Amino acid sequence: MTDIDTGSSPALTLVPHTDQKQTAKDFKSDQEVRWCPGCGDYAILAAVQGFLPELGLRRENITFVSGIGCSSRFPYYMNTYGLHSIHGRAPAIATGLAVSRPDLSVWVVTGDGDALSIGGNHLIHALRRNVNINILLFNNRIYGLTKGQYSPTSETGKITKSTPMGSLDYSFNPVSVALGAEATFVGRTIDSDRAHLTSVLRAAAAHEGTSLVEIYQNCNIFNDDAWEALKDRDSSDDMLIRLEHGQPIVFGSGQDKAVVRQDDGHVAVVDISEVSADRILIHDAHADDPGLAFALSRLSDPHSLADTPIGIFRDVQRTSYDRLVREQSQAAAKTGSADLASLLHGTDSWTVI
Amino acid sequence: MNPAVPQPTPTAAKGTIPLAQVVIRLAGDSGDGMQLTGDRFTAETAGLGNDLSTLPDFPAEIRAPAGTLPGVSAFQLHFADHDIMTPGDRPDVLVAMNPAALRANVDALRPGGDLLINTDEFTKRNLSKVGYVDSPLDDESLNAYSVHLVPLTSMTVTALADFNVSKKEAERAKNMFALGLLCWLYSRPTEGTMSFLRSKFGTKPEIMAANVAAFEAGWSFGETTEDFAVRYEVKPAPMGPGTYRNIAGNLALSYGLIAAGQQSGLPIFLGSYPITPASDILHELSKHKALGVTTFQAEDEIAGIGAALGASYGGALGITSTSGPGVALKSETIGLAVSLELPLLIIDVQRGGPSTGLPTKTEQSDLLQAMFGRNGEAPVPIVAPQSPGDCFAAAVEAARIAIQFRTPVFLLSDGYLANGSEPWRVPDIASLDTIDPDFATEANHERSDGEAEYWPYLRDPQTLARPWAIPGTPGLEHRIGGLEKADGSGEISYDPANHDQMVRLRQAKVDAIAATIPPLVVDDPDGDARLLVIGWGSTYGPIGAACRRIRDAGCSVAQVHLRHLNPFPTNLGEILGAYDRVLVPEMNLGQLNLVLRGRYLIDAVGFNQVRGMPFTSDELVIAINGILDDLAARKGDPT
Repeated sequence: MTDIDTGSSPALTLVPHTDQKQTAKDFKSDQEVRWCPGCGDYAILAAVQGFLPELGLRRENITFVSGIGCSSRFPYYMNTYGLHSIHGRAPAIATGLAVSRPDLSVWVVTGDGDALSIGGNHLIHALRRNVNINILLFNNRIYGLTKGQYSPTSETGKITKSTPMGSLDYSFNPVSVALGAEATFVGRTIDSDRAHLTSVLRAAAAHEGTSLVEIYQNCNIFNDDAWEALKDRDSSDDMLIRLEHGQPIVFGSGQDKAVVRQDDGHVAVVDISEVSADRILIHDAHADDPGLAFALSRLSDPHSLADTPIGIFRDVQRTSYDRLVREQSQAAAKTGSADLASLLHGTDSWTVI
Repeated sequence: MNPAVPQPTPTAAKGTIPLAQVVIRLAGDSGDGMQLTGDRFTAETAGLGNDLSTLPDFPAEIRAPAGTLPGVSAFQLHFADHDIMTPGDRPDVLVAMNPAALRANVDALRPGGDLLINTDEFTKRNLSKVGYVDSPLDDESLNAYSVHLVPLTSMTVTALADFNVSKKEAERAKNMFALGLLCWLYSRPTEGTMSFLRSKFGTKPEIMAANVAAFEAGWSFGETTEDFAVRYEVKPAPMGPGTYRNIAGNLALSYGLIAAGQQSGLPIFLGSYPITPASDILHELSKHKALGVTTFQAEDEIAGIGAALGASYGGALGITSTSGPGVALKSETIGLAVSLELPLLIIDVQRGGPSTGLPTKTEQSDLLQAMFGRNGEAPVPIVAPQSPGDCFAAAVEAARIAIQFRTPVFLLSDGYLANGSEPWRVPDIASLDTIDPDFATEANHERSDGEAEYWPYLRDPQTLARPWAIPGTPGLEHRIGGLEKADGSGEISYDPANHDQMVRLRQAKVDAIAATIPPLVVDDPDGDARLLVIGWGSTYGPIGAACRRIRDAGCSVAQVHLRHLNPFPTNLGEILGAYDRVLVPEMNLGQLNLVLRGRYLIDAVGFNQVRGMPFTSDELVIAINGILDDLAARKGDPT
């Protein structure tokens, strides 16, 4: 994750850069931030504003597009171009913008309800097309703006206002969904881990095509401490699997656990003392086949959060949709006719004098 | 040679009878190639300089079971040596390729009309499929018509005996035999069809040769058979100077969109999802990338308009094309476009509804959906073309309004306009007005501390349009969305007075468009009409034809037709008030009439049909005469 040079990244070569030094302050709009005090969104906003200067892009060539929900207020707080749209549709709107404006760095900000419930269709199609956009999915496992109903990522059995006897839905794992759609970049990070969050954002920005970053975000009003097991200093080392490309997948407070592929093909967490070093999986985010990344995404327990991988699951090269569109247009411009008058006349016209 | 096939007997050169106009209907099974045959006959007719109007009528099923009534596909063509307005009420000539085609269409044929029947398909099995107990060829049920029994299939197979094609392939060429016969009968040229076949089957030389031979065999059969004693001729219609071509509505509409892109200098971005009868717009525009057009086949209707709106936000002319059910899905995004005040075109090629309804049939029942079908007060301008060729100019006009006023605009076409065709005078590109997108490039407001800033909702005082600053413009970074915005600054505002003000401003902006559209001109040649017939969209032709017939019969009637349905032209109220009676024919249950009555407090009456087919001028003449009779009777009534 550290070997990425954003300045020459194919994702951003068409976006005008600036020589002027930027700071986080340059990306703060004059709007008062109106999330609840203590909301995880503040940390994400600060991380994004703190990280963007690294890219060195002209501020006017950055656009944030959002849907509806608490997270979707994000664009108002960024001193860039911003579009707060309608529920679930931000990936579709961003697709039209990115395809027609290759000189823009386009970011979608969405939540678990916005992206995976009402907007699930647009999300998977944006991912399979591989449009050059970055999607930040704030997952707090609850509906916040509508005041506390269960979401598609809520754990089964969740007691909420709309499920007094417990929710019956089986939950989505956003990383699994994205990998199932063959997304070319899938990462996961946590709102409170600024360094990790920034490193994943950096890699996502450098990736040409759609990057999906799931951010575990705390809603302290309606679902407080949903991710606490992964944040608690005492327990998190035993829960979190930090994926690093090219590194053996080892974790635990004593580096005592490892991920291996079993004889039946499944991927499992084992006590490191039980296996030889050569059995331990080396994480390969660049593997063409998404199968192993998918298997890693299935390790975590949706209730206890045990064995939850974070980091970059997948980062592979596939020509972005908008680049393919431009190539077709350029090919057509070379061979096709740009003469509207002759098009209107067609081949069977006649003249009356 | 097959002895069962009647052999043409050479005759002396046949006489030619001049005709003023003819209506031909070709009917067959979905797989018989009737649409192709109709298109080719139309192309030859257009090339001859006749005025013409066409009406394709095909089922929603791609291939319904062969030989059944649901599988019948028909194509009607009206051509004349004078200016005509409709595809014709009733055919003078019906070509029936099988019993189903006969059964479904024979009642429409004018008594005394020519009925050309492909006898090969009149087998016991095919007859029973459509409920004929006895063959209509053997009883007296067709006595009202001039019947021509021609074994089209077997004659085609015989003509192609020496060609390297299978029997099935030979049989499939029967439509070209029929086309050849019709071209002979109506003295049409043949070169166009020949070169069409050569290019269509260029990679299959055997099939190409067989189709050319079938076409020639049909022509020769006409020349030699005794069944047709004469051939007919329809002289070219007088038309004003210019270059003409035949064009269908969806094609003209697509060209209008490309022209709007050129005239505004904006790239065209179409986000669309396939739907009948609008898909041809997506197909056509996808061919024209060299002209600055990008097409995006989205995952659904909502993504289609979403991507189009995203492109508009980025400074393109965003367009989405659909039909009624798709509009229902797009409604929320149209509302967002109203709130964002960005240019966007929504093309609704209307079809029969509700729900899936009649996908391949025409209707005008989305007017109220376009006008009111959104949450909140969300006014959207509406433009409707009146004929297939007019779809070009209507598309340019819709784009002008969208760009100049920063608003989504509905373009309401319909299935009849989409697939019907007519001669169209090709416009001179240089004569089209330019459309200035007038992008904002500078700050437009001074803060109290003297700093210049950009207010995205500081309106033009004349048009009330807001400035349009696109991403990439330095210094004008701003955030907009679907939440209510403060008048001027565009910042989120929940202030009650501000909301009331913004709702009224959005309405006033749409109302202000009326100042930029030409006043309506009433067609009332006698100047003393007491009845006004008012329509919108594709009913222009049938209403116009009916009014002509009324006037030819010595009565007076006035006609006016609406192209702009929101806002209405400024002189509409005055016009409506000037007549004793107002008749509103619509292919719905009275949607325009509801709005006219509500807005202008007039006692307009509707004439309404939703049969999936355009009005005939016959039924409109009856409706108009009914009102004229009533007016005449009341004139003598002292009360």
